[in-house]
Amino acid sequence: MLAFSMTSVIAFAMYLVLTLFSGNVGLWSVEELIAGAVLALVAGWVSRRVLVGEHERGTPSPWRMLNPLRLLLFSAYFVGPFFVALARANVDVAYRIVTGRIRPGIVKFQSGLKTDLGRTLLANSITLTPGTLSVDVDDETGDFYVHWINVTDPEASAEAICGSFPAWARRIAE
Amino acid sequence: MRFLIYVLVGIGIAANGLGAFSLLRFPDVYTRLHGATKCTTFGSIFTTLGVIVYGFARGGPAYQTLAVHALIALVALLITNPTGSHAIARAAYRSGVKPKGAVVDRLEERR
Repeated sequence: MLAFSMTSVIAFAMYLVLTLFSGNVGLWSVEELIAGAVLALVAGWVSRRVLVGEHERGTPSPWRMLNPLRLLLFSAYFVGPFFVALARANVDVAYRIVTGRIRPGIVKFQSGLKTDLGRTLLANSITLTPGTLSVDVDDETGDFYVHWINVTDPEASAEAICGSFPAWARRIAE
Repeated sequence: MRFLIYVLVGIGIAANGLGAFSLLRFPDVYTRLHGATKCTTFGSIFTTLGVIVYGFARGGPAYQTLAVHALIALVALLITNPTGSHAIARAAYRSGVKPKGAVVDRLEERR
């Protein structure tokens, strides 16, 4: 019940942001408010298990992403290290397009992340940063299989492949 | 302000063009995904920022709504673009496409 109401509230807030400046009840029109409330209830019911999972022993709290500190950390990560890496990735790809100098291969590393959310965050970060593309993740052990466009060392560590990203993903999502 | 919008859209188009060009230059699906994902995400961030700046600079409810919608589209894009490319890479590997000219293939050794 808590999961359902929380998901609905967030969905409603999202709808309000999307329909900003639509009327004169506050910033919204009456029609939008009613439609938003109905849709938020439906969306909250359908996706109640997605936002907040079951709490199992030994795993982090499913509510942890509602902690504002984590969201702040995520924003800092996004505009800081992540964006710099994304810009570098573009220069890197440009260089490889022009020179055609590639040495591709699929390497493996142990991420040490336990939660699905952390792994998703890391996999998406890897895909958008220099020279790497996540291909597969082992669900049990958390091993990442990464396509690396310029393999310098087949036994490379997580540090060499994706820098500080696993540490960031752990801080944000676990 | 107009100049800022030109710069943002210009960077975006350059990066997107680079992504399209990478499809011609690279040999197989994985390396092409590198170019297609990184460059289009980076390019779309900048074109969308151009739209957001334009929307707020122009003012008025319609344009402010446009800017807010563009911002949300940007967030959705940032989540779905790498996820989609990961799904393509994984599906390609599972259906038997081997990375061309690979020096090492740890995923092969697992099976």
